[in-house]
Amino acid sequence: MAFQILLNVFLAFLWMFLQVSFSARTFIIGYLLGLIVMIGMRRFFNGRFYLHRVWAVTYLFLLFLKELIKANIDVLKLVLRPKLNIRPGIFALETELKSDWEVTLLANLITLTPGTLVVDVSDDNKTLYIHAIDIGDVSEAVDSIKNSFEKAIMEVSRG
Amino acid sequence: MTAISEVLIAALLLIGALLSVIAAFGVIRLPDVYTRNHAASKSATLGVMCILLATFLYFLVEDGLFSSRLLLGIAFFFITAPVAGHLISRAAYNSGVKMWDQSVRDDLKDKNR
Repeated sequence: MAFQILLNVFLAFLWMFLQVSFSARTFIIGYLLGLIVMIGMRRFFNGRFYLHRVWAVTYLFLLFLKELIKANIDVLKLVLRPKLNIRPGIFALETELKSDWEVTLLANLITLTPGTLVVDVSDDNKTLYIHAIDIGDVSEAVDSIKNSFEKAIMEVSRG
Repeated sequence: MTAISEVLIAALLLIGALLSVIAAFGVIRLPDVYTRNHAASKSATLGVMCILLATFLYFLVEDGLFSSRLLLGIAFFFITAPVAGHLISRAAYNSGVKMWDQSVRDDLKDKNR
């Protein structure tokens, strides 16, 4: 992916030199033209075209924001409710993610989502220990984490 | 300064302050370290981010000043706050702080067996 971005920047510089005009505007035009050329040539690249991954990162960020706002509304309701009606506990979550940065990202996402907080990560990076504020529906929480976050992170890291 | 941005900035400031109050209230009211950490790490994060965003918008609209430091502050807070929450609760667990007596389940207990 880094190679594709580098190639695109190189094409933009080539356009600047062809135009003999070294401004940000020429660079942007050259970048967009280079993008069109690269889309035309995309079957010669090994991995995916890099815009897919840029889109995946954007999607992950928006998901992050949405979950953060939802989490805050949840905490607000919980704290302001007259009777404390919670059943906290720690449950284990098996994750399929491999590399360190993926697990870090998943842990951050879980910490900022409604009702969950990562307490520990096992030494082999396979299990996350999560403190839930209301553990009544663990399987549901696990499902939603697996389906939304893990998938979104995998979409980013897929080659 | 147009009416729309005025309302938006005021709303963001108030929401941020409200969330900070709720975070403080939750820290007082919830029963143990872990549940308090929920309130502190979530509400405080979004509260500070809202206030910083309102400050950024205010200076942008009022003075035409694009303060990139505030944006960087938002980004850093977004990244570091959950890590801080995680580390505090991990340190608490490892040094043997008990969970609330009505906690129902503890899978982490089996980890070091």
